[in-house]
Amino acid sequence: MGKHHGEGERTLNDDTPARGYLEERGFWSWAYTLDHKRIGVMYLYTTLFFFLLGGVFALLMRIKLMFPGEQVVSNHTYNVLFTMHGALMIFLFIIPAIPSGLGNFFIPLHIGARDVAFPRLNLMSYWIFVAGIVVILVSLVRPMDTGWTFYTPYSAKTSADVTLLSFGIFLIGMSSILTGLNFLVTIHKLRAPGMTWHRMPLFIWSMYATSIIQVLATPVVGITFLLLAMERLFGVGFFDPAKGGDPILFQHFFWFYSHPVVYVMILPAMGVISEIVPVFSRKPIFGYNAIAYSSLAIAVFGFFVWGHHMFVSGMSGTAAIIFSLLTFSVAIPTSVKVFNWIATMYKGSITFESPMLYALTFIFLFVVGGLTGMFLGALGADIHVHDTYFIVAHFHYTMMGGTVMGLLAGLHFWFPKMTGKMLSEKMARTAWLLMFLGFNVTFLTQFLLGFEGMPRRYAEYPPQFQALNIVSTIGSWILATGILIMFANFVRGLFRGEPAPPNPWNALSLDWKTGSPPPTENFREIPTVSDWPYGYAGRRP
Amino acid sequence: MKEHGSGTGTYILVCAALLVLTVITVAVSYVHLGTMNVVVALLIASVKASLVALFFMHLRYESGLVWGFALTPLFFLVLIIAGTLSDTLFR
Amino acid sequence: MMSGPGAHEKAGIAAHEASHMDPATAREAATLGIWTFLATEVLLFGGLFTAYVIFRIRYPEMFYEDHLKLNRVLGAVNTVVLICSSLTVALGIAAIRRGKVGLLRLYLFLTLLLAGTFLGIKYVEYTEKFHHGLHPGTDIFFSLYFALTGLHGIHVLAGMVVLGTVLFLAGRGKYSEGYHTPVEISGLYWHFVDLVWIYLFPLLYLVG
Repeated sequence: MGKHHGEGERTLNDDTPARGYLEERGFWSWAYTLDHKRIGVMYLYTTLFFFLLGGVFALLMRIKLMFPGEQVVSNHTYNVLFTMHGALMIFLFIIPAIPSGLGNFFIPLHIGARDVAFPRLNLMSYWIFVAGIVVILVSLVRPMDTGWTFYTPYSAKTSADVTLLSFGIFLIGMSSILTGLNFLVTIHKLRAPGMTWHRMPLFIWSMYATSIIQVLATPVVGITFLLLAMERLFGVGFFDPAKGGDPILFQHFFWFYSHPVVYVMILPAMGVISEIVPVFSRKPIFGYNAIAYSSLAIAVFGFFVWGHHMFVSGMSGTAAIIFSLLTFSVAIPTSVKVFNWIATMYKGSITFESPMLYALTFIFLFVVGGLTGMFLGALGADIHVHDTYFIVAHFHYTMMGGTVMGLLAGLHFWFPKMTGKMLSEKMARTAWLLMFLGFNVTFLTQFLLGFEGMPRRYAEYPPQFQALNIVSTIGSWILATGILIMFANFVRGLFRGEPAPPNPWNALSLDWKTGSPPPTENFREIPTVSDWPYGYAGRRP
Repeated sequence: MKEHGSGTGTYILVCAALLVLTVITVAVSYVHLGTMNVVVALLIASVKASLVALFFMHLRYESGLVWGFALTPLFFLVLIIAGTLSDTLFR
Repeated sequence: MMSGPGAHEKAGIAAHEASHMDPATAREAATLGIWTFLATEVLLFGGLFTAYVIFRIRYPEMFYEDHLKLNRVLGAVNTVVLICSSLTVALGIAAIRRGKVGLLRLYLFLTLLLAGTFLGIKYVEYTEKFHHGLHPGTDIFFSLYFALTGLHGIHVLAGMVVLGTVLFLAGRGKYSEGYHTPVEISGLYWHFVDLVWIYLFPLLYLVG
């Protein structure tokens, strides 16, 4: 059974503008909008900008790393580069991109609502996000060189403008909290008639789980950065041994947020995959309940394991053993999902349009990243590779091979819906191939480098590591080329893409039952739902 | 939110109870009970907090869902304290 | 042209909001929303409470000696002040539930008065401490004292802004027996501020 372009119900009036929610123009129609779709688009543009900017820092880092000595840039500049790369990528791209970008756009559409529960709060969350960005950019006058983890005591003493940056991150965190709060209430209260919890798309389950984490974990990073600012301004001493404080306390607070936040990064991406795989396998998702509940389990278990970032910090052995044990538990709900996606594809009718290419890439690369995470959960192994390139490779496989690929899968899948235009499949596949090759050349070598002992965050390294570093840098150029071609495809699509039908992929969720792009009010009439959105080939759950 | 919250009379009674408990907790603090001082103080504080939550914040009339939203953060508060203690107590 | 949002955009916003949720759903959504926000506040203060637990166990003598330097009387008075302010807020909400706008405004005004008293007493306490050379950074206990009460004080101030806004809007006839959701959720926030102090007071002032 192939896909038919043009299938899918239109729920539009004759007088619905062809460009739907995009019809109205002008700066204020965007800046002052309450339309969740426009807010989502603004978040996407902003976060993708920082993806590119963070990527530029990465490329600069990799150029420097071709040379083992203090060459190309000074060592201090290198410290600034990796700090900015990490901080921008994590706080301004990877945390907000899928939730505040795709989530804002699609949650109301998926549940058959006209908007989120609190549209004004939604707009406010975007402008608070922008305010945080401005503060962070101003702090670049005295740029950070602490690493994105801002460990004390150095972060309390460095002449970099950590205080201003702390305030900026606090604002970013507030934006994240407001988004999560909005989504929780929206999902509880605004589902269309007949849409029980078990008839929701799995993207919604994953966004619900993500929002739980955002609401409970982000305040802790808020207080962490407040305390860091207090340390610098008033010398409160909570993290200063000379005053009776404990620098490891900072790490506890920091990682209590920063570990769960990696599940904020991955859960939405997993939600995207759960939407895409059934469509391009023409089969119902296998194990809907398992995927739904495992999302919640990941969200909760993710809070129990933060100490595994601190095994070599001076933490007690008792705590290390407890956290190591708990870390293994979080792999279980994660692997449940992987098995379910594969089982969905089994005996399906699989096609390889670009969304599916990215989705399959996600599964493969994320499994590599996740399995290496299991090595790191083992105390003995972690002591050997902690703070080496093994860690760097691990989190790039999960965050880039995972979350970014999930984001790109979602962007390719939903580009027609959001813009009313089609992308070029040819450009998409070319970009994908270069990205896949480039990514693995860049980061597989880093597993080797780390295992052989090259430390991370070192500007200068022993010369025996140079060969692999050069290989990794060449990989980064291939990866960058692929990314550029993909962005060129997006731009081309926006201006010269073929007009998109309402349902180019012949998918079943509610978002595909309205126009491409959707009208401002989403649906002419709120639909009454009587089935789950995975009834491909007429199969029942 | 239910239309009927508590009545004015209930609010005044709750306030009176809170004030009495405040007097008690201050008085007890002048008596040396060792470790029990902390326990008693936290117990009294928790009773006061429950009164505020149940009546002033009308949790008493709210759905199970709202109770879930109200109590869940407490679990995670215990978690962060316990997890950090598992380190600092056993160094 | 950057001439500000025009009537058209503002009308669009009003229409957007009006068509959105039925009143019962909107009230339930607002309740869930404010409790979610309060959950975030629990975790925000939670970090400082965690620090308190860790350092109290580590430095029992310091906590005992230092807590005696705090003004227990002023702390107790402040506790009474906040409890009474929770009462006035609750009475105000009870009033608007019966459609009595004037009474609501009176109780909101009293609440603001009590809140201001709280901050005034804290100002007296802080200046007294500074006068004795006790400030954030003196030692861990006083760092915790100033951090905890300072963060709480900021929340009191924010609460005054919120309640002040509600008072102002009540004067403009925005609230009635049928619609007073912002009053209810502002009240919930205010009770939470009281709740935090109910724990702060004994932990800092009463148990060394």
